[in-house]
Amino acid sequence: MSEYIIKNGHVFDPVQGIKGDKKDICIKDGKIVDKVGSSAKVIDAKDKTVMAGAVEIHAHVAGPKVNLGRIYRPEDKLFSCTPTKGKERMGGGASIPTTFKTGYEYAKMGFGVAMEAAMPPLFSRHVHEEIRDTPIIDEGAFPVFGNNWFVLEYLKNHEIENTAAYCAWLLNVTKGYALKVVNPGGTEAWGWGLNCLTVNDPVPYFDITPAEIVRGLMEANEYLGLPHSVHIHPNNLGNPGCYETTLDTLKLTEGLKAKNKFGREQVLHLTHTQFHSYGGTNWGDFESKAKEVTDYVNKNKNITIDTGNVTLDETTTMTADGPFEHHLTGLNHLKWANVDVELETAAGVVPYIYSPSISVCAIQWAIGLEIALMMKDPMRCYITTDHPNAGPFTRYPRVYKWLMSEKARKQQIESFKHKDKVLSQTSLGTLDREISLYELAQMTRAGPAKSLGLAAMCGGLKPGMDADVAIYNINPDKPVANPDDIEKAFSRCAVFFKSGVQVVSNGEIVATGNKRTLWVNVKTKENPQVARDINEKFVKYYSMTQANYEALGHHFVPNPYAIEVDATN
Amino acid sequence: METVTITMKNAPALYLEADTITPDAFAGKNAAQIAELPVFEGNIPSTLGKYFEVSGNAGATAADTKIVIKGDTKKVKYIGFKMTAGEVVIESDADQYVGAWMTGGKLTAKGNVDAFAATAMKGGEMIIEGNAGNYLGAAYRGDWRGMSGGKIVVQGNAGSDIGMYMLGGEIVVNGDVDVHALTHAEGGKLVVKGNAKSKLGGQMVEGTIIVFGSIEVMMPGFKPNGEVELDVDGTKAKFAHFIGDMGERHKKKKGAIVYGNLYKKI
Repeated sequence: MSEYIIKNGHVFDPVQGIKGDKKDICIKDGKIVDKVGSSAKVIDAKDKTVMAGAVEIHAHVAGPKVNLGRIYRPEDKLFSCTPTKGKERMGGGASIPTTFKTGYEYAKMGFGVAMEAAMPPLFSRHVHEEIRDTPIIDEGAFPVFGNNWFVLEYLKNHEIENTAAYCAWLLNVTKGYALKVVNPGGTEAWGWGLNCLTVNDPVPYFDITPAEIVRGLMEANEYLGLPHSVHIHPNNLGNPGCYETTLDTLKLTEGLKAKNKFGREQVLHLTHTQFHSYGGTNWGDFESKAKEVTDYVNKNKNITIDTGNVTLDETTTMTADGPFEHHLTGLNHLKWANVDVELETAAGVVPYIYSPSISVCAIQWAIGLEIALMMKDPMRCYITTDHPNAGPFTRYPRVYKWLMSEKARKQQIESFKHKDKVLSQTSLGTLDREISLYELAQMTRAGPAKSLGLAAMCGGLKPGMDADVAIYNINPDKPVANPDDIEKAFSRCAVFFKSGVQVVSNGEIVATGNKRTLWVNVKTKENPQVARDINEKFVKYYSMTQANYEALGHHFVPNPYAIEVDATN
Repeated sequence: METVTITMKNAPALYLEADTITPDAFAGKNAAQIAELPVFEGNIPSTLGKYFEVSGNAGATAADTKIVIKGDTKKVKYIGFKMTAGEVVIESDADQYVGAWMTGGKLTAKGNVDAFAATAMKGGEMIIEGNAGNYLGAAYRGDWRGMSGGKIVVQGNAGSDIGMYMLGGEIVVNGDVDVHALTHAEGGKLVVKGNAKSKLGGQMVEGTIIVFGSIEVMMPGFKPNGEVELDVDGTKAKFAHFIGDMGERHKKKKGAIVYGNLYKKI
C-alpha cells in the first residue's frame, strides 16, 4: 500500500487534544503512523482543516424499511438522479438515496463509518445486501430488541443471563452491532392496536412494562460487555409533553455503570433527542424542553445522546415505531406504509415536509439546535438528523453552519413566518454559543467513536488508528466571512482517505475503497434453555426455518470486521 | 415575440426525450445554438438538430419566444417541460409529458397528446385540439401534488385518471372522459361537456366536477344534495348536486365541513 504525508494542515483531533496546530499526518498500510519514508506522496493541506473521518452514530441507510421508502416514493427520485460519472455509478433519491449515492455522499462529506440504526432481525439478510452495495464507508447495523418476544418473556421474570445469551445469539446470526430499542413494548402493543406512551404502560399479553424492558436490556448489555451501550428511541416520541417520558427513561440508568473493555462510559445512548424534548399539551402550546433534558444528561455521565436536527426539508420518516407513523399520517394525511415483523418488531413509513412556514416545524428546528448548544460535554452529544426522519444526512453541513454561527441561526429565525413563536417557545434566541472546529470534531468524530466502542479504531488521528482522514477547505486562522462558506466546505471535502486509500479528491469520488461490515461477535457460555427456546419459536411461530435466518457468508457479508467480545466468564 | 420553427426531418427510431423544446431553453439562442440542445433518443445522448430542422432565432427571454413544431412528433416526449412563459404550438400529435410541470405561458397541441400531459401543472394555459391521454393534469407517480393552477382545454376526449390529486386550476373537456377522473382531488375544477364513466371523484376531499352528459356508474360515496342552477361557460342550466366522497376524510373550513362537489346536468 502507498504511503502518504499530509503537510501544513491545521489538525483538529480530540483524541490527542490537538486544537488546530499545524502537524503532519502520516499514513502507511491503511493506518496512521508516526513517520513515513521519503518516497511518501505529499499532500499539501496549507490553509486547510484536517480531521479524522466522521462517524455516523444513527441513520436509516439500509434495509427493508429504507427500501420500502424508495419503492413507494418514486417522486423522491424525480429530478434528483445523477448519471454514471468516472468512478461513480448512477444514483438517485433526495431523502432516501440509492445505496450507491448513500456511500458517495457520506464519503464526499468525509464520513468513514455509518451505523444503520434499526435492523429488523428477520430481514438482516436484506440489510446486509444493501450494506454490501453501499460503497466506501464502513457500516454496522443495530438489530432491534425492545419488542422482541424472547426479550419480553425473559425480562418479565428478570432473567438477565438468558436475555444476554439470546442477544448474543441474535447479534451473531444477524451480524449485528448493538442492542437497539425502539418504543419499548409500544411497537408490540401496536400489534393489538395499542401503544405504550409512558414507561409504566403494560405491554398487552406479555404483562411487562417499558421500564422493565429497558432496565433489563441495559443490564444484559453490561453483562455481555458490548462495545456500544443500549441505543434507545424511547416511548412517546414526537408528542407534546413527551419530555417527561424521556426523563423517566433516562432515570432508569441510575446506579448502572458501564462494564466493557472498549473505553465506553455510557450505559444508554438516547437517540434523536430533539423528538423527545417536547413540552406543552397540544400543538398550540407546544414548547421546548431541551433544557430539562440536557440538564439531566449533563449531570449524568453514564448517558450519551445524539441530536436529531430538523433540517427544514421535504423528507421521508421511517421508524420501527409503528404506532407513531400511524399517528403521523393522521396529522399530515400523506401516504402511509406499515409492516409487521412477526415476533420481533414493526415499521412504518410516511413522507413529511418540515415547512419553515409552520410554527411546529420551526420550533422543532430550534429544539434540535438548543440541545447541541446546551450540552456541556461535546464528547457526549453527537450531531445527527436521524436520517431521513428529521432531514437527509446530506444536510449535515447546514446543521454545522447553524451550530457554528450565531449569525446563520439569526438569519434563519428572521426568515420564519412564526418567528415570534419560535423565540417564545424555545430559548434558541438567547444562546450565543458557537461550536468550534475542535468541538465539531468531538461531536462528529471522537465522541461517537467512543460511544460506539470504536475509540481505538476511528474518530481520531493517533498513530495506530485507521487512516480515515478528511481535509476541508476551511482556514481556521481566518474568520468566516459568510456562514454559507462553512456549509460549502463541509459538503465536499478537498481530500478524503478511507483506511489509507484516497477516495475523494476535490469533492469527487476517485476510488471506491475497501468497504467493511462491522459486527460484534460475542462468545457466551452454552445456554441450553435459550437454544431450546429459539428452536421452539422457529418451529411454532416463525414463517421461516432457523436455517434460513442467519446472514451468513460472502454474499451477505463479503468483507466482515468482527469485534470480538468474550462473555464466557 | 420571435418565432422559432422546428420541423421533424429524421424521425427517431426510439422515443425522443426532448425536455429542451421549451421557450426557456430556447431563449437567447440562435437557430444553430438551438440545434445543439441536448436530447435523448432512448438512452443515447443526442442533439435536437439531428432530428429537427431549426429555423428562426429565439427571443431574448422565454416570454419573447414562440416555438412552432411541425412534422411527425408522435414519438417526442416532454415538449414544453417546465415552461414558465412564451408559447409552444405543436402542429401534429405528441407523446407523453407535454407541458409537464409548466408554470406559465401557452401551449397549443393541434393533434392528440399522450399520457401525463400537464403533470403537476402550476400555471399557464394548455389547449389540446385533439384528444388527451391518461393522467392529464395528474400528480407524478407516487406524488400527492397534482395540477395546482392554470387552465387546460381539451376539444376532444380525455383518458383515465385525469386530474388525479388535483389541487387547483381548471380542466375543461369538451368530449368524454374515461374512468377515475379527479381521484383524491383536494381542489380544482373539472368540466366534462360529454359523458363520464365510473369512479368519478373517488376519494375526493375538495374540488368541483361538472358533467353535462351521463355518468355511467355513480360512486356510492356521493350523496344527493338537491338541485342548483349553474352558469358554466355561458351555459345556464339546472344541475343535480352531490357531495362526497363521504368515505374520505373531511376538512373543516371556518367551522363548516368541506366536501367535494359533483354536479350533473338534469
